[in-house]
Amino acid sequence: MSSIEIADGEPLIFEKSRTGRTAANLPECDVPSIPASLLLGAENLRNNLPLPEVSELDVVRHFTHLSQRNYSIDGGFYPLGSCTMKYNPKVNEKTAGMPGFACMHPLQPEETAQGALALMYELQKMLAEICGMAAATLQPAAGAHGELLSMMMVHAYHRERGDEKRNIVIIPDSAHGTNPASAARCGFKVKGIPSNERGCVNLESLAQTVNENTAALMLTNPNTVGLFESDIQEICRLVHEAGGLVYCDGANMNAMLGITRPGDMGFDVMHFNLHKTFSTPHGGGGPGCGAVSVQPCLEPYLPTPTIKRIGKGASAVYSFDTDRPKSVGKIHSFYGAFLIAVRAYTYIRSLGAEGLREIGENAVLNANYIRARLTGHYDIAYDAKFCMHEVVLSANRQKQLNGVRALDISKRLMDYGYHPPTNYFPLIVPEALMIEPTETESKQTLDKFIDAMIQISKEAETDPELLRSAPHNTVVSRLDETAAVKNLDLRWEPLFAE
Amino acid sequence: MAKVPEDLKYSKTHEWVRVNGKIATVGITDHAQSELGDIVYLDLPEAGRILKIEDQFGEVESVKAVSELYSPLSGEVVESNTGIADKTETVNEDPFEKGWLVKIRMSDSSELDTLLGAAEYKSFADEGGH
Repeated sequence: MSSIEIADGEPLIFEKSRTGRTAANLPECDVPSIPASLLLGAENLRNNLPLPEVSELDVVRHFTHLSQRNYSIDGGFYPLGSCTMKYNPKVNEKTAGMPGFACMHPLQPEETAQGALALMYELQKMLAEICGMAAATLQPAAGAHGELLSMMMVHAYHRERGDEKRNIVIIPDSAHGTNPASAARCGFKVKGIPSNERGCVNLESLAQTVNENTAALMLTNPNTVGLFESDIQEICRLVHEAGGLVYCDGANMNAMLGITRPGDMGFDVMHFNLHKTFSTPHGGGGPGCGAVSVQPCLEPYLPTPTIKRIGKGASAVYSFDTDRPKSVGKIHSFYGAFLIAVRAYTYIRSLGAEGLREIGENAVLNANYIRARLTGHYDIAYDAKFCMHEVVLSANRQKQLNGVRALDISKRLMDYGYHPPTNYFPLIVPEALMIEPTETESKQTLDKFIDAMIQISKEAETDPELLRSAPHNTVVSRLDETAAVKNLDLRWEPLFAE
Repeated sequence: MAKVPEDLKYSKTHEWVRVNGKIATVGITDHAQSELGDIVYLDLPEAGRILKIEDQFGEVESVKAVSELYSPLSGEVVESNTGIADKTETVNEDPFEKGWLVKIRMSDSSELDTLLGAAEYKSFADEGGH
């Protein structure tokens, strides 16, 4: 294949290649040169690598064009539920780019890295305080990695106590799919429990499920339906009485910042998504941090090394502590994604305790504003008096009356210039549309989005085909998702390939 | 509206059962395939696997989600419909005939009484059971 093109004609970088074209003009070498084949051995040299040969301008234009196809929070409203797509303040980039941080080497001596160690130590302390627990680690590379680490520590805890028969992890049916995956990856068996008619944990079925084989309960609070688990203390009591631990999936921590703390509710361990709650960049395969916080009972099992502080104030000395015999070991090279920690630290310090509380308050207020204005236009899943930081709509009514599904509504929203909400999750809500505005959006932005949603609900009645064939105003129209899964063809093959 | 053939039995997890002597053929319902959307991957058990009623016996993956398949009956898997592995759209197009998933030799045919009839399943699915 040689003529794959992105829809509006942006060719692949390989297709811009012209033999001999280069972006760098190096001076003639002033030392004797030896052919690579002599240095490496001819058998180790590949001659048919189809690397693109392009000019600097070719490269700049190509990637600028691609970046212009991207949708980002800097470009528009991004109400992707459960993902907390808040604005990431640019000051985070400024601090992370400071040469003292950005140019460090992970192997440089501790005494020359005191500032970095202090920052990690302080951030861990702040995270532990925010969630009401004893200690934290910044090693996990992402939320699901934090889940896995949490389950590893739960496993180590029970094994240490000689309680090895505990092999069941209980997970509600509204959970993120990563929860059962993390538990299973750690060797646990997963037992699902149904939600009750309010969309929360069914206490009766939890009471019937916990027993001497229960290792842990994994629970998201607020849950994925956007509701606070108001029975949380009773839930934790039931699991603890049976000898199990309770893990908090911190994906939805934004709703609780500065207002309430998982540690005070009875949770033993939780993960934070620094990219959700603390404004570090999302995804893109880049570095992330799924920091994990623990109560004292799990502290000995934290990944090694931890950071130790001796002395206080200006005379404090920080060092890595590798003498951790009960630790589950290392789960990331070196110390995790350090520059992500710098961003989260900057965010927390620039807001302070009061600022964090305002985040929680405004995230919840914004979601409830959307919920209130869309009531009557869409069904609200598990309609309660109010929701937390996100509202889950159901397009069931539009499906029954107009043959328009959640996916069609999402695609139509793209025509209005918005990133679609999360759809078809949580799985317990039919035709789910999960909207999380975050605290960083203004009332004017929310109003425009709500107006678009209302307009779309009217279009569903008057012109359902307009929705079923959407989007119409985007670079590419509706993609064939089935073909994308079934006929994976991601690799460009050069014409001269073997 | 989703089809619900009169002569089949149904589970609340949206599998259908067609009985022929000791052999029960199992698939997912028209309602289930419609809710899932385009199916792209099937994970089916090998022949010889012993299943208890409500055991998870496989997975069906659509563009929207991965869902577990639960055995509506106890018994031994005698055959899986491996021929549709690369034609998973068959389950969407013809869920009750060519899109069948497994055949089970029942070990306790009295379990059939625990399943729903067509009318019961239809009202269960219409009420939004999922």
